[in-house]
Amino acid sequence: MQENILKDDALEEKGERARMAAFIGAIAVEDLVKSTLGPKGMDKILQSSGRGHSITVTNDGATILKSLHVDNPAAKVLVDISKVQDDEVGDGTTSVVVLAGELMREAEKLIAQKIHPMTIIAGYRMAVDCARSALEKKVRNNKDDSEKFRNDLVNIAMTCLSSKILSQDKEYFANLAVDAVLRLKGSGNLEAIQIIKKCGGSLKDSFLDEGFILDKKIGVGQPKRIENAKVLVANTAMDTDKIKIYGARVRVDAISKVADIEAAEKAKMKEKVEKIKAHGINCFVNRQLIYNFPEELFAEAGIMAVEHADFDGIERLALVTGGDITSTFDNPESVKLGHCKLIEEILIGEDRLIHFSGVELGQACTIVLRGASAHLLDEAERSLHDALCVLAATVKDSRVLWGGGWPEMLMARQVDELARKTPGKKSLAIESFSAALRAIPTIICDNAGLDSANLVSQLRAAHFNEDSTAGVDVITGTVGDMEALGIYEAFRVKQAILQSATEAAEMILRVDEIIKCAPRQREERMGH
Amino acid sequence: MALAFDEYGRPFIIIREQEQKSRVRGLDAQKANIQAAKAVARILRTSLGPKGMDKMLQSPDGDVTITNDGATILEQMEVENQIGKLMVELSRSQDYEIGDGTTGVVVTAGALLEQAEKLLDRGIHPIRVAEGYEMASKIAVETLEKISTKFEYDVLNFEPLVQTCMTTLSSKIVGRCKRDLAEIAVKAVLSVADLERRDVNLDLIKVEGKVGGRLEDTELVYGIVVDKDMSHPQMPKQIEDAKIAILTCPFEPPKPKTKHKVDIDSVEKFQALQEQEKQYFDEMVKKCKDVGTTLVICQWGFDDEANHLLMHRGLPAVRWVGGVELELIAIATGGRIVPRFQELTAEKLGKAGLVREKSFGTTKDRMLYIEECANSKAVTIFIRGGNKMMIEETKRSMHDALCVARNLIRDNSIVYGGGSAEIAVSLAVEAAADKIPGVEQYAMRAFADALDAVPMALAENSGLQPIDTLTAVKAQQVKENNPRLGIDCNDAGTNDMQEQNVFETLIGKKQQLQLATQVVKMILKIDDVITPHVY
Repeated sequence: MQENILKDDALEEKGERARMAAFIGAIAVEDLVKSTLGPKGMDKILQSSGRGHSITVTNDGATILKSLHVDNPAAKVLVDISKVQDDEVGDGTTSVVVLAGELMREAEKLIAQKIHPMTIIAGYRMAVDCARSALEKKVRNNKDDSEKFRNDLVNIAMTCLSSKILSQDKEYFANLAVDAVLRLKGSGNLEAIQIIKKCGGSLKDSFLDEGFILDKKIGVGQPKRIENAKVLVANTAMDTDKIKIYGARVRVDAISKVADIEAAEKAKMKEKVEKIKAHGINCFVNRQLIYNFPEELFAEAGIMAVEHADFDGIERLALVTGGDITSTFDNPESVKLGHCKLIEEILIGEDRLIHFSGVELGQACTIVLRGASAHLLDEAERSLHDALCVLAATVKDSRVLWGGGWPEMLMARQVDELARKTPGKKSLAIESFSAALRAIPTIICDNAGLDSANLVSQLRAAHFNEDSTAGVDVITGTVGDMEALGIYEAFRVKQAILQSATEAAEMILRVDEIIKCAPRQREERMGH
Repeated sequence: MALAFDEYGRPFIIIREQEQKSRVRGLDAQKANIQAAKAVARILRTSLGPKGMDKMLQSPDGDVTITNDGATILEQMEVENQIGKLMVELSRSQDYEIGDGTTGVVVTAGALLEQAEKLLDRGIHPIRVAEGYEMASKIAVETLEKISTKFEYDVLNFEPLVQTCMTTLSSKIVGRCKRDLAEIAVKAVLSVADLERRDVNLDLIKVEGKVGGRLEDTELVYGIVVDKDMSHPQMPKQIEDAKIAILTCPFEPPKPKTKHKVDIDSVEKFQALQEQEKQYFDEMVKKCKDVGTTLVICQWGFDDEANHLLMHRGLPAVRWVGGVELELIAIATGGRIVPRFQELTAEKLGKAGLVREKSFGTTKDRMLYIEECANSKAVTIFIRGGNKMMIEETKRSMHDALCVARNLIRDNSIVYGGGSAEIAVSLAVEAAADKIPGVEQYAMRAFADALDAVPMALAENSGLQPIDTLTAVKAQQVKENNPRLGIDCNDAGTNDMQEQNVFETLIGKKQQLQLATQVVKMILKIDDVITPHVY
C-alpha cells in the first residue's frame, strides 16, 4: 500500500529518473545556446509573449536564457549561473553554460558505467583545481607597462567583440571601449559610461564623446549655447510645491480666497526660482518636471533649464561636473556647483541633445551608438556592454591569457596528466573533465563550419609542447599562433567560467530526487 | 466504516456527517501510519552522511532549492499526510533544539517504526512495543553517556572545534572548502560566546549572502554587513570613528497618529505652514548634528529635501534599514535605538571604528560594512558563491556548523560519529534485552536492530556493501571493546573515528534518540484515524 504523503499534484522523481530529468534539462539548455558560441556563432530571435510580441535578436547567452521560461529545475540552475556570470564579469555567459552542459554530458556517460556521482564529483573537484593552477602558471601580466597593457586591452576587447554583431568594426569599437574604460582610471564604475542609442547612420558613425550628453530638450526661449557654464544639479519639485505636512488641505469659503492662495503658491514658486537664481548659475538641471511658469522665469533670467533628467542621468551629470545634487536652496554659498566649458545643443540624426563638454572630472564619457534599426542598436549595446565589463574586470585584475581555445587545451592537457597519475575510479571522472574542456574548441570549430575533429586533434598535438600558443584561427580555418593573431582573453572571465560551471555541474550531479510541488493556481482574472 | 446499531439494527449517527468521513482504525490505522512515516524517512535516507545525495525541490512558484539538510527538505516538500507532518515536526524540533542531525533523527524514527511493524505482525500489542522502546531508549542514553568523552578546547586552541564543524560540513555541497568555512564558524561563535556562562547567542551572528564571487571569498566580518547603500550618491563612502544615530523615525514631516486636519483658508496660514515645514527638516538635521552624529541609520525613508540637507551638512545617512539589522547594529555599536528626534543625545550614539561602502560585480550592488564596533560582540558571516541556490545551501550548512560549535561550548561532551555511537548503543541494548523478561524483550531487540539503520544507510550512501560493512564493524567493536569504531565513509583507511576526527555532540545524539522514540511511541498509540472526506 502506497500512502500518498505529499500534497495533490506534487511530483516526486527518484534515483535514475531524477538524474535523467536533470541531465536532459541541463543538456537541452546547453544545446540551445551552443550554436551561439565563438566568432562564427549564430544569433537567436526571441519573441516575447507579452503585449506587442516585441522581438530581440541576440547571441548573448545571458539575454537568451533570461528570456526563456524553463520549467526543468536543472535547467534553472544553468540559467542562474549564466545570469551571475553576467552580473559578475559580464562576458562568457554562453561559455559557462556550455562548459557546465558538457560536464553533465560526460557525467551521464560515467553514470551509465555505474560510477557513483560522488566519485565523479570528487574527480571533478581535483580536475578543476589542477586546471586553475595550470592557468595561473601561464598568465601574463603587463600591468606595469601601460603601452603593452593598452595593447592587451584592445586585443581582449577585439576578441570579445568578434563574436558579436560589432565584429565588422571590431577594431574601431575595441579602441572606443578601451578609451572609455581607461578614462575611468581604474575605478571600474561602469555607470559613468553612458551609452546613447540613436537610430540612423551606420555602426561606423558611432563615436565616443569625452563630454557628457543628456538626451533631453532645453526649455523654450532659453539659451541654446552657454560657455563657462555653472550648473546646478537638482532634485526638487518644480511643479506645484506640495505641502508635505500630513492632513493639510485647502478649505476656503470664497473664490477670491482660492485666487489668493493660488497667488501665494505662485509667489512661493517664484521665490524658489529666485533662490535658485541666487546661486549665480546659468544652467539648471532638474530630475523632476519643471512647469511652464518656472520655466518662463528661468528663460527670463537667461538660464538654461532642463527638466526630467532621469535619476541615472542626474547622478552621472553630478559625477561629471563635480556638483552636488541639491534639493534645498537656502544656502547658496555652500552648495558646490558643477562646471563645464561649454553646453550646447547638438544634432544627432534628427534628435536634438544637450552636450556638456570640457567637464571638470574627466572620468565619465558617453558612447553614441548609431545603427540601422532599434534591434541592431540593442544588440550592439549588449555587445559593447560585454566588452566594457570585461575591460573593467581586466583593469582590476590585469592577468591575461590567449584565446581561441588555447586555455581550454592547456587545461585539458594538465588535467589529462593528472588523470594518468591518479589511481582509482576518480581518474575516469578527471579524464571526462578534460574531454568536456576540449568540447569548447570543438564547438567553436563546428559553429564556424570547420572540421572540428581534425583541428582539435592538431591543437592537442601542438599543445604537447610546453609554451605553445596554438589556438583555433576561425578566419582561416587552421591552427594559428594566438600571440601573432592577437586573440586575448581575460583571466578573470576564464576563471569565473571554470569555477561556476563546475559548481553548477556538481550541484546537479548531487541530486538524486526531485520533488516538485504543485504549481500555485493562478486566479483567473475577470474581464477578459 | 464502523457503526453502532440500536436494538432494531438501525445505525446510530455518532460523528457529525459520519458518512462523509473516512475512518481507519485498529491495526490498519497503525499500519497505514507506519507506511506514511516510512515513506518520509525513505526520502531522507539517501541524504545521510558525507556521501549523501541532495534533493532538488521545486516550490509552487517554481523556485528551485537544492539541499541535503533534512529539516529544509521536509519543510519545503509540503507533506500532507498527518503522520508525515509529525515527522516534519520531529526534524524541525531537532533543528530548533540542536541544529544538526535533522536527517538522522528522521531516519532513526523510520527504522524504529519499520521494526515495530514486524512486531505488530506477530501480534504484539502496540503499547507493549512502545514500552519496550521506552526502556531501550533509557539504556541507550545511559550507554551514550558512558561512551562519551570530554572534549578539550580553549579560546586559543580552537582546532578541535574546527574539526567538529568540519564533520558537519563534509556532508554538504560546500565540503570543498570545509576547512575555511569551519574556521569561520568557530571564530564567529567564539567571538560572541560567553565562555563563563557557557552560553552562545546565535542571534548575534548574522549570516548574509551575496551572489557572485567564489565560495573561497566567504569572509567573517567583525561587525555588521547591511545590504544597503548611502541615501545620497554623493555622500562619503567611508567614515572613520563613526558616531551612529540609530533612528526609527522618518526624516519626513510628522504624521500624528490621531486623526486631524489642517485647514488652510487664508494666505497667511498657507505661508505659515510652509515656514513650519521648512523648519521641521532643518531641526531634524540640526538635532542629529548637534549631538555629534557622523552617520545616521534610519529605519524609514527620507524626503528629498531632508536627504539633500543631510548631504549638505556632511551627514551621511542610510535609509530603509530593516528592524532586525537595526537591532544588531545597536548591539554591535553600543548605541540605543532612538524613536524620536527629541530624545537623541550624545550617549545614545553608537560607535564604530570604520564604516565603508563596498561595491560588487558589474551591477550597482553595494553593501555597507560597519566594522571595529565598540561592542565587538556581533559578527557577520558574509557568504559568496556561484549562484543563488549555492548561497542558500551554504547559509543552511553554516547554520548547522554554528549550532554544532555552540552545542560544544554549552556542553563539551562528545560521542564519535560515523555510526559508531549507534553501533555501540545497539550492542548495549541488545545485551540488556536478554535480561528483561516479557514481551518488552522483543521490543528492545527491535530497537537495537533499528539503530543499525543509521550505519547501514551511511555505508550504503558511501557505496559500500551495507551488511558486510556493518557486521564487520560490529564484530570488531565487540572484539576490541572499542566504541569508537564506525563506518569509513571517506575511504580514509581506518574505522577508528577518533583518528578520523569524526565526532558529534552528546546532547545532539541523545536528543536524536529521545525525540525519535517519543514520536514513534506517539504514532504507535494511534489506533483510529478519522479524516473528513475531501470531496
